[in-house]
Parts: sequence; C-alpha cells; structure tokens
Amino acid sequence: MFLFFLTSGLFLGWTLGANDASNVFGSAVGSKMIKFKQAAIIASIFVILGAVLQGAGGSDTLGKLGSVDALGGAFTVALAAGISVFWMTKLKLPVSTSQAVVGAIIGWNFFTHNPTDMSSLTKIVTTWISGPILGGIFAILLFKLLQFVLKRSKTHLIKLDAYIKYSLLIVGAFGSYSLGANNIANVVGVFIPSAPDITLNFGFFTLDGTQLLFLAGGISIAVGIMTYSRKVMLTVGNSLMKLNAETAIVVVLAHSLVLFVFSSQSLSNLFVNIGLPAIPMVPVSSSQAIVGAILGIGILKGGGNIHMKVIGKIAVGWIITPVIAGLISFFALFFMSNLFNLQVSQNPSKFVKGDVFVEDNNKLQIDNKTKIINSHDFDKVEPAIIELYKPAVVVVLVILLILLVYQFYIILNIKEKNIIEEQEEHVIKYNAQQILLENELKITNNAKAELEKEIEFKEKEQKKIALSIIRKNEILSKLKMEIERIKSKPEKSLKFSDLNTLKVLILDNLNLEKERKSLDIYIKELNNSFFQNLERKYPGLTNNEKKLCSLLRLKLSSKEIASILNITPKSVEVNRYRLRKKMNIGKDEKLPKVIRKL
Amino acid sequence: MISIFKRSKSVAISIDEFFDKVDLGTLNFKKGVNNYINGNSIEFAQNLNSITVLEQEADTIQRKIGNDFYLHSLMPNYSSDILNLLEMVDDIIDMSKDLLSQFDVETPHIPEAIKKDFSELVNASSKSVKNVLPASRIFFTQPDNVKDSIQKVLFYHRETHNLSTNLKRKIFQDIDSLILSEKLHLRYFALHIEQISDVAKNIAHQLSSLVIKIKM
Repeated sequence: MFLFFLTSGLFLGWTLGANDASNVFGSAVGSKMIKFKQAAIIASIFVILGAVLQGAGGSDTLGKLGSVDALGGAFTVALAAGISVFWMTKLKLPVSTSQAVVGAIIGWNFFTHNPTDMSSLTKIVTTWISGPILGGIFAILLFKLLQFVLKRSKTHLIKLDAYIKYSLLIVGAFGSYSLGANNIANVVGVFIPSAPDITLNFGFFTLDGTQLLFLAGGISIAVGIMTYSRKVMLTVGNSLMKLNAETAIVVVLAHSLVLFVFSSQSLSNLFVNIGLPAIPMVPVSSSQAIVGAILGIGILKGGGNIHMKVIGKIAVGWIITPVIAGLISFFALFFMSNLFNLQVSQNPSKFVKGDVFVEDNNKLQIDNKTKIINSHDFDKVEPAIIELYKPAVVVVLVILLILLVYQFYIILNIKEKNIIEEQEEHVIKYNAQQILLENELKITNNAKAELEKEIEFKEKEQKKIALSIIRKNEILSKLKMEIERIKSKPEKSLKFSDLNTLKVLILDNLNLEKERKSLDIYIKELNNSFFQNLERKYPGLTNNEKKLCSLLRLKLSSKEIASILNITPKSVEVNRYRLRKKMNIGKDEKLPKVIRKL
Repeated sequence: MISIFKRSKSVAISIDEFFDKVDLGTLNFKKGVNNYINGNSIEFAQNLNSITVLEQEADTIQRKIGNDFYLHSLMPNYSSDILNLLEMVDDIIDMSKDLLSQFDVETPHIPEAIKKDFSELVNASSKSVKNVLPASRIFFTQPDNVKDSIQKVLFYHRETHNLSTNLKRKIFQDIDSLILSEKLHLRYFALHIEQISDVAKNIAHQLSSLVIKIKM
C-alpha cells in the first residue's frame, strides 16, 4: 500500500527529472557539445548519488513547514504538486518543483488546520530570492575567473573545445549531484513521516527507510531524465539568453554551487564553526538558480542579450506556481477525503465529511463512515534490520558478470561490424577498380585496334612500294634485254621505233630511286620500336642487316628482297645465313618468325 | 577521453600546417610574378611547380580538417564558420596558383613602362595576404588580438585597389604601343592580382564576425 501511495511522489520525481535536467545539461546537449545519451547516464547516476548521500537536509525544513502525517495526505500533496508542474509545463509556463511542493504543503496545512511554520516559510521564501541572487554572484565571479584563465592560457580553440566538453560533463555531474541532494526533498520529502522503519544492510554500507525513500525518488528522477528530458533540453535550451559553451559551464557551475550550498550540512557546520550563521537546508528551485546565474552573466555583458519578456514570464510563473499548487492540493485533499474516504491527516478537518472538529480541545472524534488507512504504527519501534550483505555481493557480481559479457558482446559486435564494413569497402573498391580497369582495357583495346589498323595500312603501303620496286626492276631487266636485242641486230636494220621503246622503258625507271628512298623512310618510321628492340637484343648488326630484318618481318621472299635491295637472290640467301649466325638462331627456328617476335 | 585530446591536438597541428602551406604559397606567388616580370623563366617555373604542390597539400589538409570536424563533432556551434574560414584561406592559394599558371600559359606581354607597377601591385596584394594569415592563426589562440592584424589587412587592401586602378589607367591611357587586346589582357591580370587581396579582406571581415560570435 505504501508503494502505491508513493507513486504520486515518483510521478513528481519523474516531472522533476524531465524538467530540471535541462538546467544542468540543456546548454551542452542543445549545442551538441555532449550527446544526450552520455548526459542522461551521468545525470541519472549522480542524481541518485546526491539524493541518497546528501538528501536529508532539505527534507527537514519541508517537514517543519508542514509534517504531512498521513500517507493519503502525502500522496495527495505530491500528486497535486506533480499535476501543477506537469500542467504548467504543458502550458509552456516556467515552473519550479520546489515552489509547487511548498504550495501543496501549505494547501494541506490549510485543509487540515495545521499551523504553517512561518519561520520555515520565511526561510524557504528567502532562499527563493537569495538563491537566484547567489547564482548571479557565483556566475559573475566564475565568469571573471574563467576569462582570466583563458586569456592567460592562450589555449588553441580546438583544444579548448575538448577541455570544455569534459568540463561540461564534470560540471554536469556535479550539478546532477547537487540537484539530487537538494531537490529530492521535493519529491519524497512529504513521505518521510510515513517511511517504513527498515534498514537494509549491504555489508559495506546500510540504507535506512528514509534513504531508501530517497533512492526510490532518485531513481524516479533518473527515469524522468532518461524518458522525457531530451525534448526539454533540445527545445528549452537557450530561451533566456544565447549561451556559448564557456558561459554554459559557468552558469551550470553557479547553479550547482547554489544547490550544493543549500543542501550541504557539512558546509553549514563549517560556517557555524567559524562564527557565521548556519546555512538553511532548503530545497532551492533549480530553475531559479539557473535564471539567476544567466542574469548575472547578462548583467556582466551589459544586459543587451537578456530577453526581458522571458524573465517577466518566469517571474509570473514563480508567483503563480505555489498558488496553483496550493489550490490544487486543497481541492484534491477535499475530493480524496470526501469521495474516497482517504485519511489525509491525523488531525480532523472541518472540510471532511464525518470528521467532528472540536476547536476547544482539538479532540479527535471519528464516526464509523470515515475510512481510516493506517500504513503503520507511528509509535516508536525498533527498525527492522534486513541483512543484505550476501545478496548484495551476489547481485553486484552478477551485474559485473552481465556487464562483462555485454562488453565482450559489444567488442565482438564492433569487430564483426568493422570486418563487414572493411569487406564491404573492399568490395566497393574492387568493383570500382574493376570498372576502372575495364574502361582502361576498353580504351587500350581501342587504341590497339587503331594502331593495328595503322600498321596494317602502313604494311600495305610498304608492300605496295616494295612491289613497285620489284616491278621496276623487272622493267629494268626488260630494258636490258631490249638493249641486248637491239645490239644483236645488224646496224642497218636499226629503226627509230627501237629507240622509242627504250625511251619508254627508261621513263618508267626514272622514279625508281625516289621510291626506294621513300621505302627506307617508311621502313624506319614503321619499325622505329622494332629497330630499338633489335639493337637492344642484337647490338652488333650492321645497317644492311637491320634493313634485311625489317624486310623479312614483312614476310617478303628472298627473291622479292633481292629485287628491292638490287642484289641477287643468292646474295640474299648468304646474308640470311650470316644473320642467323650473328643472331645465334638454332636450326629448328625460322628466321622471319624470330624477327616478327621482336 | 585521451583520444579526444589527441584528436584535438592533431587537428590544431593540421590547422597550423594548412596556414604554413598557404603562407609558403603566397611567397611563391609573389616571387613567381616578380620573376615573370623580370624574365627569369627558370625561377618562375620553379615557383609555379612549388605553388602547385603546396596547393595540392593545402587541399588535402583542408579536407582532413573538415572530416575531423564533422566526424568528431568538434566545436559544433562554430564548425561551419571555421570551415568556411579555412575554405576562404584555401581560395587564396588556389587563386594564386591559377594566376601563376595563367602567366605561364598566356605569357602576357608586360611593357617595360609598367613592370614596376605590376611588381608593386603584387607586393601590396601579397602583403594583405601576409597580414591576414597571422590574424587567422591568432584567432585560434588569442581571438582578442585578431583586430590588430585586421587593420593592416584593410590598409593593404585599399593600397592594392589604388595601385590596381593606377595601373589600369596607365595601361589604357598612357601606353600607346599596345593594341586593345593586349591592354585587355593586362587589365585581366591586374584584376586577378587585386582579387587576391579582396579575398584577404573578406577573410578579415569573417574573422571579425567570428570573434564577436565566440565572445558572445
């Protein structure tokens, strides 16, 4: 039953986590300096630590303001505060959980005729004013200090960015710790009088009923951070004033210091020891502290950057929140007691049907219709001690084992992912290279085809010239034979027509030398690389032998070569034989084939 | 944690290297144009080769810096401004290399009468770049001191503009030996030299606004 009633407190914790985590990590996440996941994990851990280790201070003050002595009342008060915060957040009005809770407690005081402790209320209201002022002062001092350090250090902007990232994380962790320590009283403070009297012994540390309550509250804040704060961080971010990363650190640190100061019993004791007044342990509004810090920076920078409309809205929100929460609390208590017969206080109330309120002696008389829910006996009894040393060790070991396995799984997964990515990259690279090579091959093939065509054409040209030389040599032979024929004729029988025949033959022969030169040029041009290869492989060849090689490469017969070189076919055969010797070609190999391979 | 400090250190070194390349590129540009004017073709070819290599190296470093900025979310609020600044600085070496290459390809005829003017124009334009580079460097370590160098950049930009106007006037009004196409050709080179100092001036303005943004 206690856990059921605690849900309203947990709901309040959830709204606090959803809203106030943005005060700590809003600027960092909003400006993408820190990833939300990172911020949420750190904030959750440190909020819980702060709540459990240092959450008691603020709760005492809230208890003095109004000790909600019935579980039903605590449920309703927390629910009223939670609804006010949720509703005002939905209406996009600035809201503080601390003010909502105080308003709801005062509503409970009104409903149950409990006197409101004015000194506690004054203390709390004073911190609502002094909190932002202190935040502003801290922010100004810290900002000046940071500026001084940055000016002196001459750190590279990129390195500074890395320092800022980690400073934001550290300051955020401190801020979360302070938030948990200071604001946990808002979340579960009203349930403290109804907390179960048990102590859990984990061996190396123990948790009493109140601390367990704080732990549950801390977890609810952490859930709020994890589930809903992202939206707030990304949208609310820098609505009051545009903050850069350095200013964000200062603002968050100033805010955290304010929360820490109002929740640290040790600091308060230190003040007392040195003769200063004690610091009141009061839950301070995180939003107010942050607004104060931002205003301090704004004032330091000349005030031009501050959005006065937003400040006005916040100020109105500060006044409206406790009033609305008080009214909601009052009416909720009325409905809870009269509709559901829920006991909201140990005191009788004139607003509760069936309660007989006797003002003279404050004597309680309850009729049979009033349903009473007593979660436990308020008489002092020895708290039950539950030994959890062994189970705690086992749980810790199991958690560590799970974490280890999970980490191992992640590492394996990452490795596998990296391998797959690498393989995919290789495939992509391979495909790209293949396409590139195919294109290159295509281009080379085209070029080769072009070259082959050209060579073919030039070979044809060469052959044409060679054949023309052969033909002209034949003509010369004819001419020689004609002359011999004429010579063999008797002198008297010589005719003018014989001379004409000779003239025609000579005219045909006139261009012979010219064409031979042209052939030489063609051979050299076409066989440029061939000659280079030939010289490299067979350095001792003469020019005539090289020429013979080039003609053999054209698959010309000895007779044709003889005709081109104007020597006898026998001489060509002798030259071929010498060439074979010089080139050291075996008997089984064919000379033209060896030459064509070059 | 250590990795991000290492990464930020390596990016800071890369930024410094990038400025070194642009600085050397500017020196080569200045010497290259002066060598062309004085007819030292071998030295000019060396300057052109050097600036080509430097420009490629600067491009590679700039791409690496950009990658690091986006991959590791460095300075998320100012990354686009800073990368834009580096892009503008890279424009200086790109334009210098292109201009030197144009001198090489187009071989403009520079009459003796205006050689000195051309040399002065290049020197003034290079000085505006020479001042904007330290300003860009110092922006990363002492943003408050950027304004000292910016004034010099603006001064040399104005000086370049005046020299360029005088040179163009001389080309079109005083030198009769040139035909119109030659005059237009020379005007085109004067304009391009002047444009390098325009980029320096734009960088100076970008730096001023960045300083304000960072200090906000």
